[in-house]
Amino acid sequence: MRHLLTIEGMSRADLEDLLDLADEFVDVLDRPIPKVPTLRGATVATLFFEPSTRTRLSFERAARALSADVLTFAPGTSSVTKGESLKDTALTLRAMGADLMVVRHSATGAAHRVAQWVDVPVINGGDGAHQHPTQAILDALTLRRHFGKLDGLHVGIVGDIRHSRVARSGLQAFSTLGARVTLIAPPTLLPLDMTDWPVEVANDFDEVLPHLDVVYLLRIQQERGGTTGFTSLPEYVRRFGLDDSRFARLRPEAVVMHPGPMNRGVEISPHVADSSRTLILDQVRNGVAARMAVLFRLLASPGAER
Amino acid sequence: MIVIRGGSVFTPDGIVTADVVVDGDRVVSVGDPPPPTALIEIDATGCWVGPGLVDLHVHLREPGQEWKEDIASGSRAAAAGGFTAVVAMPNTVPVIDEGHRARFVGERGLKVGLCDVVPAGALTLGREGQHLAHLDELIEAGARIFTDDGDTLVDAGLLRRAMEYLAGRDCVIAQHAEDPGLAEDGHMHEGSVSSRLGMRGLPALAEETIVARDLALVELTGAPYHVQHVSTAGTVELIRQAKGAGLPVTAEVAPHHLVFDHREVESMDPNFKMYPPLRTPDDVAELRKAVLDGTIDAVATDHAPHADHEQEVPFEEAPRGVIGLETAVGATITATDIDQRRFFERLSINPARIARLGEHGVPVTEGSPANLVVIDPTAVWTPERFHSRSQNSPFLGRKLTGKVRATILRGRLTHRETE
Repeated sequence: MRHLLTIEGMSRADLEDLLDLADEFVDVLDRPIPKVPTLRGATVATLFFEPSTRTRLSFERAARALSADVLTFAPGTSSVTKGESLKDTALTLRAMGADLMVVRHSATGAAHRVAQWVDVPVINGGDGAHQHPTQAILDALTLRRHFGKLDGLHVGIVGDIRHSRVARSGLQAFSTLGARVTLIAPPTLLPLDMTDWPVEVANDFDEVLPHLDVVYLLRIQQERGGTTGFTSLPEYVRRFGLDDSRFARLRPEAVVMHPGPMNRGVEISPHVADSSRTLILDQVRNGVAARMAVLFRLLASPGAER
Repeated sequence: MIVIRGGSVFTPDGIVTADVVVDGDRVVSVGDPPPPTALIEIDATGCWVGPGLVDLHVHLREPGQEWKEDIASGSRAAAAGGFTAVVAMPNTVPVIDEGHRARFVGERGLKVGLCDVVPAGALTLGREGQHLAHLDELIEAGARIFTDDGDTLVDAGLLRRAMEYLAGRDCVIAQHAEDPGLAEDGHMHEGSVSSRLGMRGLPALAEETIVARDLALVELTGAPYHVQHVSTAGTVELIRQAKGAGLPVTAEVAPHHLVFDHREVESMDPNFKMYPPLRTPDDVAELRKAVLDGTIDAVATDHAPHADHEQEVPFEEAPRGVIGLETAVGATITATDIDQRRFFERLSINPARIARLGEHGVPVTEGSPANLVVIDPTAVWTPERFHSRSQNSPFLGRKLTGKVRATILRGRLTHRETE
């Protein structure tokens, strides 16, 4: 593995290798001193051109738990406001000694572009509505740790799928690992052409709800035009929100997931968000281990760059 | 005196193998024994000889964006691509919406002297779609094609008035057809690839609904109407029907739409970003057919230079358009395997007629203007570097068949291939 830019094309073995490795790092994080010296001397740079809290912090926590140094780039306080290009920012951080770059950007393919310009591994930390591969890996890890395996699980992804990189990368990982995926949204929030996608599609949440093992909720991506996909927020909530009555009709062993940030009262009711049947905080915890696994594979495995 | 020896010549009486002699700015003989020696000799064995190519659609960026291209560098690229005349789109800075600006563009072209640069006029002031531009001034300055290219004239009432105003003036209105509501600021063709990449798509219907509406106005007004860069099978069908009904409609297609489809965007290389976008393989097949059967009258490049630093960004942030002057011949022949007669009709005769250029697009004969091109239709080459100031070409590194050997403007050699 040279970079991690997309889940598309990754095999079941590729994914399971990362999940196995991530399981070990979950154990590391449970130790009294949750740190290993594996990446001592390496520098991980995070280039986040879009606002983010959890993903950037999660990558930085993962890098430090592997004893790597961290270079943080945040555009609000940087030369981007002075007109510096993505290319020059990437080259500058490389010149400062970055051994790996995590790139988040509002445009599809931004991390792919950076990977063409620098000679170090690049991790796609989310590009537009395209891909968010580490989110897919941490979600798969969370499901595997909870259910033992993904084979046969029925995962319903609910909400603004058209504008969601989490959905695009997640559905590929889940189905490659044997889960059945149903996308649940009004047609205006679904991708326009899903020919050959390994998914089923439902416009009626209530019909599918009792059959799901996993309800994966997404927020409305306002910044990408998600609000144009429905008439009004109350109407959206009435049809697609996981409110208390829908929650009560879930199978007893079903779980609820959300990549965050949540909008309580919209896609998820406050009661559901705080219930013990959500895996939302497990996702956050496992995110650090999953990212440690990816950093390890790109920087410390045989054949890796360093 | 120039002698072009042994080529396959496009004459008023068909294709003949003959020597062509040029003296001054005229062809002085075709097929007669040439003089034993001439100042310039061109061996055209195995080559096509015909009237210089005419491009209905180029962006030369002067005035206002000379870091991308200017009339000198664009003319150089045009000559290298076999063109003796190009129609410069009016979306410069400032917009060509007044007579003196159009005159500037034409005169700069003459001064450079590598290619006739014919100004197209803006249809509306500032291309803002609100008020008609200074159309009479623009006509006096030589403009015959009127367009807000880059944007669509959305206001059907204003378009109708323009059609009525220009009736009988020997002008044509050209439309960049893209309904902004349906286009939704899309970055690529709306379809399977855009859905997978998570990019906003621009549906085929955005083009077709505008063309369908405009054709109804053509029926009402009888005004000549030209569809720029046709990109969808649906538009081809609309044009076919309109022509069948006898409407004064013409259409062009860009070479990149004959060669590439939307799957190229999976590379996320900004050199595949253009408006209209690359469509589906079915659309490409239909466009090729339409070029060959004449539903599409002309191949026009939509040459749209952008500097390297503007292209070094993610796809969605890249500017619109790609260059095309130097690859039009190779791309057209590669995509369609077109014969010589139809090739010159699509790239010289028809575009010259649509642009109302009397001295271009004239079959080669004694006394015809010495605006000529020599093309080797079987030469295989791979574009690597262009004369254009910008290098944003989707054809970089792609093998093409068909290459320009020489271009002659008014009896002067403007390009000759160095082996």
